[in-house]
Amino acid sequence: MQTELVAQQFLVFSAAPSPIPLLYSLHPAILHSPLKSFAFFCCPQFLTSIPPPSKKMDSPFLSNTTLSFSSSFSSSPLPHLFPSVSFSPVRFKSTQRRILTVRSKIREIFMPALSSTMTEGKIVSWVKSEGDVLSKGESVVVVESDKADMDVETFYDGILAAIVVGEGETAPVGAAIGILAETEDEIAEAKAKATSKPGASTPSAPAPTAASTPAHPKSTPANAAQTVAEGRRKTVVTPYAKKLAKQHKVDIESVVGTGPYGRITPEDIVAAAGISPSKTNEGPAVVVEARPAAPTKATVVSSAPPILPPPVPGSTTVPFTTMQAAVSKNMVESLSVPTFRVGYPVTTDALDALYEKVKPKGVTMTALLAKAAAMALVQHPVVNSSCKDGKSFTYNSNVNIAVAVAINGGLITPVLQDADKLDLYLLSQKWKELVEKARAKQLQPQEYNSGTFTLSNLGMFGVDKFDAILPPGQGGIMAVGASKPTVVADADGFFSVKKKMLVNVTADHRIIYGADLAAFLQTFSKIVENPESLTL
Amino acid sequence: MHSICSQATTVPISNFASGSRSPALAFSKQVNLRFCGLRKEAFGFSGLTHSCSSRVPFSSRGYSKKISASAESNGTPPKSFDYDLIIIGAGVGGHGAALHAVEKGLKTAIIEGDVVGGTCVNRGCVPSKALLAVSGKMRELQSEHHMKALGLQVSAAGYDRQGVADHANNLASKIRNNLTNSMKSLGIDILTGVGTIVGPQKVKFGKVGLPDSIVTAKDIIIATGSVPFVPKGIEVDGKTVITSDHALKLESVPDWIAIVGSGYIGLEFSDVYTALGSEVTFIEALDQLMPGFDPEIGKLAQRVLINPRKIDYHTGVFATKITPAKDGKPVTIELVDAKTKEPKDTLEVDAALIATGRSPFTNGLGLENINVVTQRGFIPVDERMRVIDANGNLIPHLYCIGDANGKMMLAHAASAQGISVVEQVTGRDHVLNHLSIPAACFTHPEISMVGLTEPQAREKAEKEGFEVSVAKTSFKANTKALAENEGEGLAKLIYRPDNGEILGVHIFGLHAADLIHEASNAIALGTRIQDIKFAVHAHPTLSEVLDELFKSAKVKAAALNHAPVSEPVAV
Repeated sequence: MQTELVAQQFLVFSAAPSPIPLLYSLHPAILHSPLKSFAFFCCPQFLTSIPPPSKKMDSPFLSNTTLSFSSSFSSSPLPHLFPSVSFSPVRFKSTQRRILTVRSKIREIFMPALSSTMTEGKIVSWVKSEGDVLSKGESVVVVESDKADMDVETFYDGILAAIVVGEGETAPVGAAIGILAETEDEIAEAKAKATSKPGASTPSAPAPTAASTPAHPKSTPANAAQTVAEGRRKTVVTPYAKKLAKQHKVDIESVVGTGPYGRITPEDIVAAAGISPSKTNEGPAVVVEARPAAPTKATVVSSAPPILPPPVPGSTTVPFTTMQAAVSKNMVESLSVPTFRVGYPVTTDALDALYEKVKPKGVTMTALLAKAAAMALVQHPVVNSSCKDGKSFTYNSNVNIAVAVAINGGLITPVLQDADKLDLYLLSQKWKELVEKARAKQLQPQEYNSGTFTLSNLGMFGVDKFDAILPPGQGGIMAVGASKPTVVADADGFFSVKKKMLVNVTADHRIIYGADLAAFLQTFSKIVENPESLTL
Repeated sequence: MHSICSQATTVPISNFASGSRSPALAFSKQVNLRFCGLRKEAFGFSGLTHSCSSRVPFSSRGYSKKISASAESNGTPPKSFDYDLIIIGAGVGGHGAALHAVEKGLKTAIIEGDVVGGTCVNRGCVPSKALLAVSGKMRELQSEHHMKALGLQVSAAGYDRQGVADHANNLASKIRNNLTNSMKSLGIDILTGVGTIVGPQKVKFGKVGLPDSIVTAKDIIIATGSVPFVPKGIEVDGKTVITSDHALKLESVPDWIAIVGSGYIGLEFSDVYTALGSEVTFIEALDQLMPGFDPEIGKLAQRVLINPRKIDYHTGVFATKITPAKDGKPVTIELVDAKTKEPKDTLEVDAALIATGRSPFTNGLGLENINVVTQRGFIPVDERMRVIDANGNLIPHLYCIGDANGKMMLAHAASAQGISVVEQVTGRDHVLNHLSIPAACFTHPEISMVGLTEPQAREKAEKEGFEVSVAKTSFKANTKALAENEGEGLAKLIYRPDNGEILGVHIFGLHAADLIHEASNAIALGTRIQDIKFAVHAHPTLSEVLDELFKSAKVKAAALNHAPVSEPVAV
């Protein structure tokens, strides 16, 4: 093919004044341009990596003559100007090769970058149609960017030989959208070129790159194998996730969805892009606030399958919901903390009696226990502390009791803030509100992640004792079993039946030692056994 | 923006002649002979005499007799009337007509089978405005950039779903009470039950399980409105696949909701849902989002209302099958290419809102009794809202206004049509100019329009051989808009440069819905650009956007001396 790919220069102007500063910022060379309008070189490499203004590169802008761009291509040190940009290296290479061999008058019209954020443009309309004679400075095509519609002018005289991307279609910045021939003789040739460029009209996937890089072929069979194993599982991406992926250039196929039904959520994209989660407060969020560093989460999926045992026939795989994924992450994270446990039997007859009295006023057992724990924590501030960095104690000024609640296959810990200060009735009311909000998935972050100590109660199931995992960021968690009538012998050898409840505290031994926990439990037990103080 | 209707449930048409003794209705109270004297006899049937004496209160016994009498003589108009005007449907259209009828001295009754206020007040414009008010405030509070630019600091904005839902519900009941009270205080009888036309000038009404009553009126207005249209293949369960009726209750805020249809209703709900944290996927059968809007306005609106938000869309596709979430599966939506009819995609979302328009509600209206056949569900009417029967003849004394006639499915259009009908029945010929009726979409910012779109105007111009010009002004140049830091917006005027006639005005920007009336009034009154451009606007106000717009229009010199104001034309 006796042609070459030459970047077409355009004049771009806009009716709206706003994008102009953007154009200025695109290329320093433009600032030197003597032209009143804005000329720039529509080559993606240029726009994505702005080279320092060089004399050689300035010349085509400044001269505004018929100087063919191909000549400056061949004479200027191109490889330095275009550092390893990921944008279709294959095409670029071929361009270079052809440039060295041929000189031609057939030029491609590229999709210009009309704003700094523009990644693709839509052809609103072709002002000229195929076969029209163009003189430089004439409007050829109207392009719609993410910001505005703009007329694009040609910088060359010639004939519009072929339209590659039709009206209403979209092409990425830098893709050929039309072919410009210099003379009528070249029209046929240019047309042939247009038809031989199937990639140009569907420009989204740079197909040739896959062949040259070893990474892609490998992933294709793996994907195929996966689809066989999982059956039908198509990638579902939420609208915002799609937008974010485009913005941060995340390959959606490489992301594993953690949202409901395995869909890819904005959080997944954010994690895959390695951006620290921004403080978006909207929507109900999950158990404990996400830690910034989780780079392994999304990208390493291809390495995972070999380790897993073959699936048992007939089994189904249900992806975690967002909440379940967060629980999983926190649980794994908890393994890095050295914990120990101390159990304590607590007599609850007095507490039960009190409960019967205050129950009609809307007080719940959860509120009673939270209040008792909070009052004990006030006397033992170390148990209310946490170890953030492995080097220090962080004493929390507030006593915030998180209470674990199972909700629709998930687990969340609404927090009773300042449980030591609020009275029992307020606390019960607060608790009711929190549970309702949790059910409606409307807890605000500070309502589930501000706990300083956690309470987990399985007593209602008849569990007599259990062992809780310490949530990251807290010093202790109390596991409460059922209160059961137990035969006890007193100091004089008299037997009696008392209701006993086993509580078992898991704590971070870096900051809380055995004696601390024992003392705390003793205090807690005294409060529960003499619960009048709870109502004060 | 929903249109009005009174949504009556279908009632089996019981045989009213079966001797049902209607309870003593309170007609006897209304001894209002004064009305008779005001009436013009001119528009009655020939041979029909109605004297004042017929309006003398009758006993309950006499009344029941009258029913059977009139039932027996079904098909012939009654000799005398219980009312001057009966309106079937107490939506905004019926309400507007009723109020105007009283002003004109007509003895008026309104029949409502559901709740007073119809769609607009109960399931449409009114509660949606409450939700949109919330979404507007949420948007402002969430836009850190916007707040910072104003020098404000706000910590995380949150909302309580139930609180928002209550606000919408309270607003609806407040407006409903206002409407009811305004009619009661004027002496309009509110008759409860489904209204059925049993013959000329005769209406039956009653509730399920209760005996029906028959009333007669000189003129009858049908104002039964519309219900959400659900294309077949879509299973609405009211929880995960919903219509606007359900959505307005805001029983949940799904993480991801698909909205089928990107017209007014869909667009407004996308505004609400995205402000409350949902992600939205639009499904539009046409190739463009927001069909029906002026293309330029639509494009700008898409840049502001769709692209930067958590919204994506599929255009040129039909949702042929939508299955609600059940058995642990999400809502699934099957998409089919609108042109090729090939299956295109299947979406899995948390919820789907069907906003594919509204269909007229005429069930149980008894149209068969008067030989009226609906066209695509709509009751055929002429430009004076007179109902046309199956043979193409006008039915005397029967009118249809609002969504049920489908001329312009907007609450205020229905009301305007109702007023127009009352004008006619009280002896003044009146034809409503629909091109002067404004429409608005209450997104943030709002969209409003009146008259023709640019393509419509150009088509008309080509046909009729006149020239069309377009003038535009930006909100960016408006002081008040900039003070609010809301400079995004455009006002567009489509006009005839030869005579200065305003053909259409489209506004996208802050408070566009309130700004449009200067243009719609000008169109309604036939005011020309060369006259209105001298009207003075307070400074600084948003209305200066329109002032600028009129001033920037270039009307040819020849028109300037021409006598203004031509008669408004009916469309």
